[in-house]
Amino acid sequence: MYSRAYKTIVSVPPLLWVGLFLLLPYALMFAHSFWAVQDGTLVHHWNLANYQKLLTNPLYAEVLFRTMRIAASVMLCSLLLGYPLAYYLSFHSGARKELLYQLVIVPLWVSYLVRGYAWKTILGSDGVLNGFLQYFHFTHAPVGFLLYSPFAVVLMLTHIYTPFVFLPIYASLEHIPRPIVEASQDLGAGPASTFFRVILPLSMPGLLAGATFAFVLSLGDFLAPLLVGGSSGTMIANIVQTLFGASYDWPLGAAISVCILGITLSLLFLTERLERHWSFK
Amino acid sequence: MSSAAIPQHSSVDAEGPLLEVRAVAKRFGAREVLKNISLNIASGEFLTLLGESGSGKTTLLRLIAGFEQPTSGEIWMAGERLDTLPPYKRRVNTVFQNYALFPHLNVRDNIAYGLRVQGAPKSEIPGRVNEALKMVKMAEFAGARPSTLSGGQQQRVALARALVNRPKLLLLDEPLSALDANLRKQMQSELKGLQREIGITFLFVTHDQEEAMALSDRIALLRDGALEQVASPREIYSRPATAYTARFIGQTNVLHGEIRRGIATCGALRWPLEDADGPAVFSLRPEAIRLCTDGKRQISEVKFRGVVRQQIYAGASELLEVDCGEGQLARVRLSASGPLTGEHEFVFAIADAIRVAD
Repeated sequence: MYSRAYKTIVSVPPLLWVGLFLLLPYALMFAHSFWAVQDGTLVHHWNLANYQKLLTNPLYAEVLFRTMRIAASVMLCSLLLGYPLAYYLSFHSGARKELLYQLVIVPLWVSYLVRGYAWKTILGSDGVLNGFLQYFHFTHAPVGFLLYSPFAVVLMLTHIYTPFVFLPIYASLEHIPRPIVEASQDLGAGPASTFFRVILPLSMPGLLAGATFAFVLSLGDFLAPLLVGGSSGTMIANIVQTLFGASYDWPLGAAISVCILGITLSLLFLTERLERHWSFK
Repeated sequence: MSSAAIPQHSSVDAEGPLLEVRAVAKRFGAREVLKNISLNIASGEFLTLLGESGSGKTTLLRLIAGFEQPTSGEIWMAGERLDTLPPYKRRVNTVFQNYALFPHLNVRDNIAYGLRVQGAPKSEIPGRVNEALKMVKMAEFAGARPSTLSGGQQQRVALARALVNRPKLLLLDEPLSALDANLRKQMQSELKGLQREIGITFLFVTHDQEEAMALSDRIALLRDGALEQVASPREIYSRPATAYTARFIGQTNVLHGEIRRGIATCGALRWPLEDADGPAVFSLRPEAIRLCTDGKRQISEVKFRGVVRQQIYAGASELLEVDCGEGQLARVRLSASGPLTGEHEFVFAIADAIRVAD
């Protein structure tokens, strides 16, 4: 089909890109994680001390677990919001489908930072929500847990990642041929039975893809905890950021990054397998 | 129709129709897809809804299955009002045009689906599924995923999936249209055999008049959302009520003319006919016309001269296009006449010129 020269020319730029901007940084990060810092300078002494620190200092494990808890909560919340939304849009929205679809997509055009600051304004102790609660005498003093808490982080990340969860689910629902749904009803299955026996299994690839988006993107997020998380909402990426910045401990930061990368990769591997199991093409 | 004598709302006796469509109309926005359709289907009957695309035949099927709601009118089945029930509560099953098998289930689970969701006893399901598999000769494919099957095989699974529920009425929406010609012929005869064997009422939708003729006990011809004629294949072919029916079912010559004082005149053709005076339209089948070689005709026949303009050879028969003068063209079907040119004499029986509504 294509000549050798052509194939080579076509494949060089992407390979170069992947090599320079992906593989090389990862290799550097991996190497760093086995080096050390002495008297404020990086020394290339190969050792396992960084990983030892990770395992022995409970702080890191605690933040890592909190991060995974937050990521799992975000995943769950955005699935609970995104799936029904996608289902409604795909099956019951009728003529309003296009408009509603655009409305779901529009927030993606708004800067992440702007949305973060908006949540700050809403959730703060003299923010919109607290003002509302006090005006109507639900509370007499500002409610504290709204801002600078894991709750605020979950709320903000759910808001940001729900469209990412919605999109693949919506796409997979749109791909279900409608006669198949009708066939299920025709054979005597009511709406609930049709949903669990036909629609849910056939939308599983989209659901898995959406869930993975929400979990993985939340796992590495550092802006939401920075903006609305406070000290109780600190996530693992904030630790990494500090270690690479103010604390100047690149090796430890790299070791944590390697761990997160490991978690992410095994997760992607798992969903890949699951998605293959649920695909029937 | 024969059902006029049957009491409309009381319980139906053995002779009563299984399905009654009563004055059903359906609109989509401003578009009137079905206009005042009334149709009865007898138990055990094979009835075909025949029509061009856009005639409303699939819409009528979907109304009976429950995927659409009639704008007005009612549908009853065996003394029970059907059109107010959701599709999953109707004892009607459908074979869909592109089969609509569940891609995530294998053949066996596809067939068992209806029994499972309706809560059939667990002990009963495997036996009935096996029986259905055998009926459509798909037993060896029980474990296969639908995507690995050919069109004809998927068709059989779709049929088994519907029949395993023992519906009172089976709806078939152009089930053979996706198959190639040979397989189609084979499936036609299998379908007909199956219907006779199990005695379930079939309501079959097709745009293919040959298929309708081959399979049906009765044909309901739809035109622009209204019933044009409902009759047995033989009757609808030999006694078409309208020019449209005559043209749609088989080939025909539609002759426009008039009747005056006991004489019918269509261009150059003239014959005695005792009927009301006025404009008249006749359908004359091409095979009703024959070559008159000896110049003689019976008293009940019409003889005319015509020039052969075109001859199309079709193996067992040939189709001639004959110019009978005064702009009147007639198609004539002859069996193995050999090549013909020039002017010839033709005859047809007066009784074969069927007066139809225009």
